[in-house]
Amino acid sequence: MTHLPRRCVLAGLAAGSALALSPARFAMAQSAAPIKLGFQLHRTGIGASYGRWYERTAQAALTRVNAAGGINGRPVEIVFEDDGTDPKRGAEVVDKLVSQHGCDLIFGPLFSHVVIGSAPRAGELKVPYLVCSEGYHVASGMLNRWTLQPGITDVRAQVSSMAPWVTSTLGKKVTMVFPDYAFGHDHRDFFTAAVEAQGGQIVAKIAVPPTETSFTRYFPQIPADTDVLYHVMVGPAVLTFVKELGEFYGSGARPQIFGFIDSLEAVDLAGPGLEFLEGTHFWEGHCRVKQADAPAWEGEYRAAVGVDDNGASVSDAKDVATYAHMFSVWETLSVIKQGMEAAGYQSTADRQKFVEAVEAMTGFDAGLDHVQGTKTFNGKTHQVFGQQFISKVEGGKLIRVHATAIEDGLYPDAVDYTTQSF
Amino acid sequence: MKALVLHLAVLAALAAMGFLLPPYHHGMMARVLVMAVFAIGYNIAFGYTGLLSLGHALHFCAGMMACGIAMREGVAAGPALLLGLAAGGVTALATGLLALRTAGVSFMIVTLMFAQAFHLALLYYGGFTGGDEGFPLPGAARRLFGLDLTQAGPRYAVALVLFGLVLLAQWGLVSSRFGRSLIAMRENEERSRMLGYNPFTTKLAALVISGLCAGIAGAAYGVLFGYVGASFGTTQYSILPMLYVLLGGAGTTLGPLLGAGLMAWLIDAASGLTDSPLAVIGVTLIGLVVFAPRGILGTLRQRGLKWLP
Amino acid sequence: MGTGPLLLLATLEGTVMAAVLALAAVGLSLTFGVMRVVNVAHGEFYMLGAVLAWAVAQAVPSAPLGFVAALLIAPPLVAALAWVTDTTLLKRLNYDPESTIVATIGLSYLLQQGALSFFGPDARPVAAPFSLRLQFPWFGYSGYKLFVVLAALLVLGAVWLFLRRSKAGLVMRATQVDRNTARAFGINVDRVYAGTFALGAGLAALAAVLVVPISQAHYLMGHDPLLLSFIVVIIGGLGSLRGTLIAALIIGLADGILSMLYPPTLAKIVATLAVALVLVFRPQGLFGAPAR
Repeated sequence: MTHLPRRCVLAGLAAGSALALSPARFAMAQSAAPIKLGFQLHRTGIGASYGRWYERTAQAALTRVNAAGGINGRPVEIVFEDDGTDPKRGAEVVDKLVSQHGCDLIFGPLFSHVVIGSAPRAGELKVPYLVCSEGYHVASGMLNRWTLQPGITDVRAQVSSMAPWVTSTLGKKVTMVFPDYAFGHDHRDFFTAAVEAQGGQIVAKIAVPPTETSFTRYFPQIPADTDVLYHVMVGPAVLTFVKELGEFYGSGARPQIFGFIDSLEAVDLAGPGLEFLEGTHFWEGHCRVKQADAPAWEGEYRAAVGVDDNGASVSDAKDVATYAHMFSVWETLSVIKQGMEAAGYQSTADRQKFVEAVEAMTGFDAGLDHVQGTKTFNGKTHQVFGQQFISKVEGGKLIRVHATAIEDGLYPDAVDYTTQSF
Repeated sequence: MKALVLHLAVLAALAAMGFLLPPYHHGMMARVLVMAVFAIGYNIAFGYTGLLSLGHALHFCAGMMACGIAMREGVAAGPALLLGLAAGGVTALATGLLALRTAGVSFMIVTLMFAQAFHLALLYYGGFTGGDEGFPLPGAARRLFGLDLTQAGPRYAVALVLFGLVLLAQWGLVSSRFGRSLIAMRENEERSRMLGYNPFTTKLAALVISGLCAGIAGAAYGVLFGYVGASFGTTQYSILPMLYVLLGGAGTTLGPLLGAGLMAWLIDAASGLTDSPLAVIGVTLIGLVVFAPRGILGTLRQRGLKWLP
Repeated sequence: MGTGPLLLLATLEGTVMAAVLALAAVGLSLTFGVMRVVNVAHGEFYMLGAVLAWAVAQAVPSAPLGFVAALLIAPPLVAALAWVTDTTLLKRLNYDPESTIVATIGLSYLLQQGALSFFGPDARPVAAPFSLRLQFPWFGYSGYKLFVVLAALLVLGAVWLFLRRSKAGLVMRATQVDRNTARAFGINVDRVYAGTFALGAGLAALAAVLVVPISQAHYLMGHDPLLLSFIVVIIGGLGSLRGTLIAALIIGLADGILSMLYPPTLAKIVATLAVALVLVFRPQGLFGAPAR
């Protein structure tokens, strides 16, 4: 259908029938065919806890977008494909979503190895690939022009923006406990640099092997003069980590404890053995517990994704969400809508225009489209920067005590993707 | 003669598929061909020689890493692939020298341990190897004999040529005198010792050939699909070639291809049909051992097609 | 922390790890020893025990009661599942070693998917039946961990008594030595195999119920116990309970102490290679008789 007038007639007919058949109004559509978005989902494998909530968030965001008339007047559809949280299958899923399902673009993956394993294929297929991963792999220049991260701040910016508050409020001598692989190494390197820039000092770096299931034996390596214990662990064994830390310090004197909520995403803080976390601090990308001063849209967003005021599923209070990360899926869909509308996106031929439209963006205002908060977008590095939150566990609930400024996390550009060819 | 015709017909059919398959299945088939090379390597060790290794991910990932790191440091794709081939052979030689002092379940565990140690080492030296995240290979470097491997056509062609060479080499190997000595190891090691074969060197040779195949497959996978990472060194990638071989038929020349193809198709179809792809794979495996324990081609061979290679 | 307390902690941790290893491995040692088959789904039986313990704990309000209920419910359920698996699947395969490996790999995929579908992907904590904490001058330690050590000794002792003193145990040992002769003496080998397989799985589930309060229930948790159990069983020597116990002690203590001396990941690499080398140079394990 390249003949414009005829397409308009058809579109008019289609829009009319859509109007008649569904509550959503897909007015002014150039084509009635839905826009198909591919979602690379960690439904099985080690990322499944996150995947489940990413899927729910994507469904909720989709319902909202369609209720508001879709994108460019066309209804939107999401095709979910399980990648098993595996890079090989991830690249195959990119293939499948694009070549078999005919998706216009792909979004949604969280785990860094899946992102890095899949991005080359997205680049070869010349299909926009919007990741929700918080890895530093996009802004580091490792990937390609088709890969963007407009929904969540990367780990380098996150840890850099934490450092001033940690050193000024909790103490200057920090011991880090982190998993001995890339994700942990990012924390180690960037947080060390940020703390030293604040005049603080990392007194010990304790790297825990990735296969470890028991942690007590590492705790004696924490120097006695440590002011702050910084922990970031991922995977199912983190529960053991926190419980054992509690047993180790017990009622004795202990340093201040600052953790990344990644350790306890999808975990109920009221669970057995976690009482010890009372009074400790956490980074949160998005506050799990609805704060007293939460903006109006926060409640609307929670209702849409089915999360109660404590950050658990409305149908099961023990089913805790991956709340600090899943907003990225919601916001990425908002960016997709804005980008496609700015690009006048009609068909897969406009994919490049879409990427250029996103690259031209400079920031997003807080609101129901960007529920986590106001953000700055760097079109050159394809990375978004938002404010971060530090919360304290009080009475078993995470209460925000500090919000960083976006500027705290900015760093010099390592790449300019806009100079690369498509 | 029939066997030669069959092999050539399969290769011709694969070549035709390169032109006929729709884009998605075209890409999937290219992956299957490379994984089939890996599975052929496994077949030589397990199917023909009876060495049940649970550590072949080591050789696959060593090949991929050697090739990928070389390319990252500026080596061209051709020589880097040869490095990957060598890495597969050298790791197989080193681990084989030790592991072949054991047999049976101990052999399985020893190979598994070596692979586990290698995988941990990849993570530990993440600064050099890229660790668990791995790294992409730049598209500009992925060229071989002037072919742009980021394009579907050349990629399929290279995968097919590699597979064809390895398939024919495997056939030549197992129909040779040496091949028969491998089978003798599997059937009755004691008797072949009395016939004058040295079991240790024969099995070691089989493992090294197997490792070479795994190494070149890993290297080719990295170059063709543009990503190198330690996740290819996990236990899962030791079990995969075993499943391919068992499904297609251990000790048949075309079993690895058939197994790799069916398994890829099965996983793909399962993820489209249900939310439980793992269960579908599990049921298939169980059905397979109960109803066709020799794999598909092994069962066919047993039921009349005696000439099947 | 001084050298003394450090050593104390390392020893405590090593002993607990040894207990966990021995508990996880004893069931595998039994099936492996008597039936000479590799049960890849052993780790999944362990996982099922942990998951069931969590499910029971959800249904029963008090932690001690929930623990006792889980001890009574989970092992028999898992054992029954294993009995069915044996009679419908492994028997049909005639316990062929390779087919059994493939079939139990298939079974482990099935069980993982079952746990994912019915239990969800999240890691779940299970409360210990009592919350005793020992406060040393330098550090605190979980009393329940020491209870696990005690429980491991009890379980191992009970299994040993069962094998040595009961008629069923005698029959199992007879089958282990020579299945054909056993059959000739009128032993129903099929039932012995099914019983052994069920007992092995039940022991895995029992181990999980005991261990889950110091770790957590998760649908992918079966992989590590499987691997570690294999190592323990092989190093200890096939079917040797004493060997299993000593191997668990050696590995547990060595791991605890090595990871304090070296960078932990490096220690893991070295330990893994060391296990491989033990197998290479003593294929019958440290305490097994040379293969006949």
